Amino acid sequence: MITSKTRLWLAWFIASVTGGTALVAAMLSPGHQWPFLIGKMTSGHHQIELACKACHLSPFGGKQALQEACVKCHGEELRKSKDSHPAKKFNDPRNADRLEKLNAQLCLSCHREHKPQLTHAMGVTVPDDFCALCHADIAKERSSHKGLGFSGCANAGCHNYHDNQALYEDFLVKHAGEPTTAATPLVALKAAPDLEQTASSAQAFEPRGPLAADMADGPVERRGETILAEWSADIHALKGVNCSDCHSIKIGNATERVWVDRPGLAGCQGCHVDQAHSFIDGKHGMRLRPDLQPLAPMRPGLAEKPMKVSAQSKEIGCTSCHGAHSFDTVRAQMEACLGCHDDSHSKAYIGSPHHSLWLNETSKQAPIGSGVSCASCHMPRVRTDDGGRPRSFTNHNQNANLRPTEKMVRSVCGDCHGLQFALDALADPALALRNYAGQPAAKVEGIEWAIKRREAKAPLGIDAITKERKSP
Amino acid sequence: MTSRSHSVRRISVLAGLGAASTLLMGFLGFGESKGGLPFKDAADMLHAVMEADRRVYTRVVVQRLTLQDKVITASEHYADEKALPLPAQMFRLGAEAAAETTKKFSYSLLSLTPINKQNNARTDVERKGLDAVANNKGESFYGDEQLGGKRYFTAVYPDTAVAEACVKCHNAHKDSPRHDFKLGDVMGGVVIRIPVSD
Repeated sequence: MITSKTRLWLAWFIASVTGGTALVAAMLSPGHQWPFLIGKMTSGHHQIELACKACHLSPFGGKQALQEACVKCHGEELRKSKDSHPAKKFNDPRNADRLEKLNAQLCLSCHREHKPQLTHAMGVTVPDDFCALCHADIAKERSSHKGLGFSGCANAGCHNYHDNQALYEDFLVKHAGEPTTAATPLVALKAAPDLEQTASSAQAFEPRGPLAADMADGPVERRGETILAEWSADIHALKGVNCSDCHSIKIGNATERVWVDRPGLAGCQGCHVDQAHSFIDGKHGMRLRPDLQPLAPMRPGLAEKPMKVSAQSKEIGCTSCHGAHSFDTVRAQMEACLGCHDDSHSKAYIGSPHHSLWLNETSKQAPIGSGVSCASCHMPRVRTDDGGRPRSFTNHNQNANLRPTEKMVRSVCGDCHGLQFALDALADPALALRNYAGQPAAKVEGIEWAIKRREAKAPLGIDAITKERKSP
Repeated sequence: MTSRSHSVRRISVLAGLGAASTLLMGFLGFGESKGGLPFKDAADMLHAVMEADRRVYTRVVVQRLTLQDKVITASEHYADEKALPLPAQMFRLGAEAAAETTKKFSYSLLSLTPINKQNNARTDVERKGLDAVANNKGESFYGDEQLGGKRYFTAVYPDTAVAEACVKCHNAHKDSPRHDFKLGDVMGGVVIRIPVSD
């Protein structure tokens, strides 16, 4: 006979097994690991907070495993930005005392996750004045820094810990005195006539002749009139890209291709390698990274920034901005963005000076490269020489030059604006909210200080020694 | 207890003492690496390669192409300027690359009058060594020091102005604390460190 005590034990056992199984199942299921989320994540990672393995590569790997995860996603970007404080700089044992103050070889020393109460701009979780740990005596070397607090080093448009490509002293001097706006302002890589501007980065694609509507090779039941009309007028048909080139894909480890109605990224990435690669590095596409599957694609409803109500459930992929069958890169550069983004900066774009220029360019009243769309700044073209093939392509990682804002100077602003104006504008958050309609209220003093120091200091400057070059 | 077990015990004790004294000597930095090659010899050999490469790059690449043939410039902002890295940068880039592949030694180019203040002496041994090589031409300096809880055998070798380019650039640079270098002057030192203990 089962006593009430036995029943209680049995109930406890069943509840424990069920609960334990549920927890283990959650642990092993990316996208369902919310019971283990120990604190709100930074804005950079919140989209993938339910894919624990994105950062926790190994359950017992400790800090090194976490470091590997950071480098896996951010290492290439740091390398490209010529990181001023790379981990390798601290390998020399003469820096041991510095590492004891702040272990600059681990990203986690300054960027801890799940610590919203400690996190401030750029996901930094150490106090703003961390520069003082190593550069406390900077005022002895630079009189301009006397009396300055260390909290302002990285917050006043003067220095960044990682990317100082637009802020180093000789760069400031070189670009001093530039006019607010160039005489003929053009987005350089868009207007570059001598550089291949690639949509397709595939080397293997054989050029084919144009295809007519009756040459479509998709299943008959899928060849709707509208689809055929759009495709046959599109650049893909003109270049010989047939239905099966995009819709027939290999799934998983399969060797055979199968027809897929909505191939998503897989349909595009075979040819648009650079674009697809950069897309999954950014916030639009990071949930589609192969190692994070099966996370569902990003939806505006998941974003932390204000998004339009009508767009909340839209899944973000290539076709959400470019359309399908009738691909439209002009629409993708502005209208597509404003179809979702509903923050002050985005809303202020319409009617802004940059918008007027964009309208002039797209209506062919002004030259290519003279307009400034959302993508001009947030998805700029970048130059690459990979594979010995100089070309430019649109960087689809819209976060690549977003923070710190000075990263935008060289990739975007500097094409049309003088350095002083660009730094001032980027240092004025209110102006950013107005989408740069108006003049900056901020004044970054870096250029002025660099000029004064140059004038007060010695003679020639190291480059002047070897400046004379023979004419080719 | 048998005489055999006594012998085994004696051998064990002696072996233990031997191992302990070897470890102690290693810990105290008596100049012998575990493989038998004295640290000083290892450092001297490493320096011979570094110094040769540095001299060749300075004379055959930088000096020749910038000051003589004038076909390219050398700049501390070599990527932006599409120029050659300066000899000191070339040396540092190599040191950083080597440090990514081995922890068996590290090296750096330092000075008591550096253009980049991060290359000033930071430890007592660095200060003593740089001072010694500056005041005793042709001599090297050897010492040991503890950094971050580890002991290091540290060697400092004179870094001499081997080409006109060295002198001209250092004398002209806005951040150089010294502007009267002459060809053949000791401008700083190459510091090589070999960990004595793990």
